[in-house]
Amino acid sequence: MTIAVIDYGMGNLHSVAKALEHVTHENVMITRDARSILGATRLVLPGQGAMRDCMGELERTELIGLVRELLDEQSKPLLGICVGQQMLLDRSDENGGIDCLGFLPGQVKRFPADMRDGDARLKVPHMGWNLVHQPQSHPLWDGIDQDEHFYFVHSYYVAAAQQAHVFGTTDYGTVSAHVATGREATFAVQFHPEKSSRAGLRLLENFVRWTP
Amino acid sequence: MALSKRIIPCLDVDAGRVVKGVNFVGIRDAGDPVEIAQRYNLQGADEITFLDITASHEDRDTTVEMVERIAGEVFIPLTVGGGIRCCDDIRTMLNAGADKVSINTAAVTNPDFVREAAERFGSQCIVVAIDAKQVSQEGETPRWEIFTHGGRRATGLDAVEWACRMVDYGAGELLLTSMDRDGTKSGFDLGVTRAISDAVSVPVIASGGVGNLDHLVEGITEGHADAVLAASIFHFAEYTIPEAKRYMAERGIEMRL
Repeated sequence: MTIAVIDYGMGNLHSVAKALEHVTHENVMITRDARSILGATRLVLPGQGAMRDCMGELERTELIGLVRELLDEQSKPLLGICVGQQMLLDRSDENGGIDCLGFLPGQVKRFPADMRDGDARLKVPHMGWNLVHQPQSHPLWDGIDQDEHFYFVHSYYVAAAQQAHVFGTTDYGTVSAHVATGREATFAVQFHPEKSSRAGLRLLENFVRWTP
Repeated sequence: MALSKRIIPCLDVDAGRVVKGVNFVGIRDAGDPVEIAQRYNLQGADEITFLDITASHEDRDTTVEMVERIAGEVFIPLTVGGGIRCCDDIRTMLNAGADKVSINTAAVTNPDFVREAAERFGSQCIVVAIDAKQVSQEGETPRWEIFTHGGRRATGLDAVEWACRMVDYGAGELLLTSMDRDGTKSGFDLGVTRAISDAVSVPVIASGGVGNLDHLVEGITEGHADAVLAASIFHFAEYTIPEAKRYMAERGIEMRL
């Protein structure tokens, strides 16, 4: 029983690994080795920074083919986090437009720059704790309250094309972002469960127990 | 429904102990950083900032170990600052479990470092710490300048212009400390907080001068800060974090309760 955190060179994976280790006795490894990834029972696809760099590194490390295959097969649970969620869509507006993995129909868009709240401007990145509404149930929401707070840091957000794929929404300014999306054995979140205190750890615990 | 405003307790750490200076001198010992971080996490702190105030080479390993221990037990965002001078320093802290690093003096001596760091690690983990002091006289248009070395060295840089420049270079967040107010318990410098917060697109954390809960409220409502940072009012249990959050929420501020 091994959980593989896929390391394609983007961002800080230690927080995710530490949080997983906190909720399970299973082996957690940060890896870019194809055999280890194939041999794992569960996968975490993280992501940080710009989409062009994330997709670029996924290609450069030659993990992109493997990730596409795993998404096609849906043979084991996969959790996408942050840019790891955004990558699953068709395309992102970031960096002038980047094609993504196309596992879920939809787009990744930027928050408008001129949103206001009274006389103060709304900041982008959307950084901090915001409420996540669950439009439909999912095993990963088990024990997590409707409209619970999770921790976010992002300037781009997912707009999925099909409501059936939307499991969480968060309002920021004029936008209702699809912050939890998925289908079959894949679930992906924009927020950082590894930084979202009790609710975040609960979601990771649910993921570790999930048998889709 | 909106994004919550954040309360960030700050751990000023010297040689492995949390301390709190008054105007950066006069140090009182407040305890073990890991215990204190855990306590704040349980109380519902929104983030924790860890400032290594001595940042001497000998203490570096102690700091790294401390960050590792906190990150292994506290699952909320952790920012580490103090002595971050190069990309290797950032890499070390991120590997130890920090989520963000705060760059202060090095940003002033080498602004391109901020650009390089943001490109390499992403803006989301680059906080630029700004220590500002009012330089205008009474009756003049208010003006603040940047100071380094714990408020001892003037740079001649205008604080608002500097803040905008740091955001252009890729800072994902600004930690603004008023050198005039730090340790005084007389409240944030709301003038500089609002001037910078209204000028930049990224979140601003107000710091320096918190003595009571009204100061936290003012930082948000009048200073337009996105987060408020405080140390001694929490370390010495004058107020708990839930108390502070309830107080702010009762005054109409969106909080994570």
